[in-house]
Amino acid sequence: MTQSTNNPVSRANDSYWSLFSTFFKIGAFTFGGGWAMISIIEREIVDKHHWIERNDFLDLLAIAQSLPGILAVNIATAIGDKIRGGKGSIIASLGTILPSFLIILFIAIFLTPDMIKNNKVISSIFMGIRPCVVALIIAPVITSAKSAKLTWKTIWIPFIVALMISLDLGTVSSPILYIVLGGLGGFLLWWLPKRKLDKKGPSGEA
Amino acid sequence: MGIYWKLIWAYIKIGIFGFGGGYAMLSLVEKAVVSPGWISETMFTDIVAISQMTPGPIGINSATYIGYVAPGSVNPELQGIGWGLLGSCLATLAVVVPSFLLVLYSSHFIRRHSESGVIKAIFAGLRPVVVGLIASAAIMLMNAANFNPNGISWQLWVNVAICAISFCLVYFKFPYKGRKINIHPILIIVIMGIAGYLIYGL
Repeated sequence: MTQSTNNPVSRANDSYWSLFSTFFKIGAFTFGGGWAMISIIEREIVDKHHWIERNDFLDLLAIAQSLPGILAVNIATAIGDKIRGGKGSIIASLGTILPSFLIILFIAIFLTPDMIKNNKVISSIFMGIRPCVVALIIAPVITSAKSAKLTWKTIWIPFIVALMISLDLGTVSSPILYIVLGGLGGFLLWWLPKRKLDKKGPSGEA
Repeated sequence: MGIYWKLIWAYIKIGIFGFGGGYAMLSLVEKAVVSPGWISETMFTDIVAISQMTPGPIGINSATYIGYVAPGSVNPELQGIGWGLLGSCLATLAVVVPSFLLVLYSSHFIRRHSESGVIKAIFAGLRPVVVGLIASAAIMLMNAANFNPNGISWQLWVNVAICAISFCLVYFKFPYKGRKINIHPILIIVIMGIAGYLIYGL
């Protein structure tokens, strides 16, 4: 009796722990975030642990991608929820966040802004790194522009957005404004033609 | 204490409007934390560099670091590990919680509408904006603080060269053992850090 009631509980605790440790490992060893993490999550969750089917994984990935925020955390939340419910979603997302949180906290405690500024060795290293970081952000501008399949109808959008945001003119320079406009624009382009069709409708009125 | 509420609000906004991945999020972060003067332009760049070199998503890394540093830089009374730790926890939770709730409570809604094509349409509208967001982050980082902090023209040219070389290293593939491979960004940062030491530190 005690055995039969104990076993499921210990198994449940086991699986909470392995859920946590799996996502902790993913958070601790994937550099570059986002897509680098997704392929490792797929390998761990689908191929190694068989916690969910590949189809379900792809379904959850589609949802995680459709929502804002940090992709790796979104997919961890969705997978945790799918296999262990609400508690699982908290455990999986905490596991993903915790390694980078602890590492950065450690760095923040020891590598203070004053130290970066005043230690001659560290400040010279960062002087070399800063222009390099700019280059690391220019590269994804080009790769994302290529994958966005910009046409003559849409190629002006990135230019206007980049110009307006970097001009620093207050509210019109808020990135949020352009995210909302972009989403709204996409929605209207989809919805307006549909509405015209509906109006023409089978009755032939309007 | 007001700084903590501001920090939470800033990172909730970043969590809600952060579409298009880490690089697209950078312009949101920059507007939210550099414009109000919580951290300097160079420190923002340094955080991006540290995020590249450590595991985990850039959104979490920036929230943790900025949450730690911002309270002390706004109010000297809030310096110290305890206040920093509080800021770190609050900012990191704030950036995560909105999307956490959205994933849990809107997946039905998304499944229902994915058939109709409306989500695809919204993302088709977002895609060109995301390109612009990443570009704006790059443009905002091309400032004097990063390229010419001491106002010396030879340093400006050296830094422009570092940027150009780094871009070539990260963007183009290089032959290695008969294959063409991308050089890892961490390696490029390490190389340029060493270059920085050799040029400016000796």
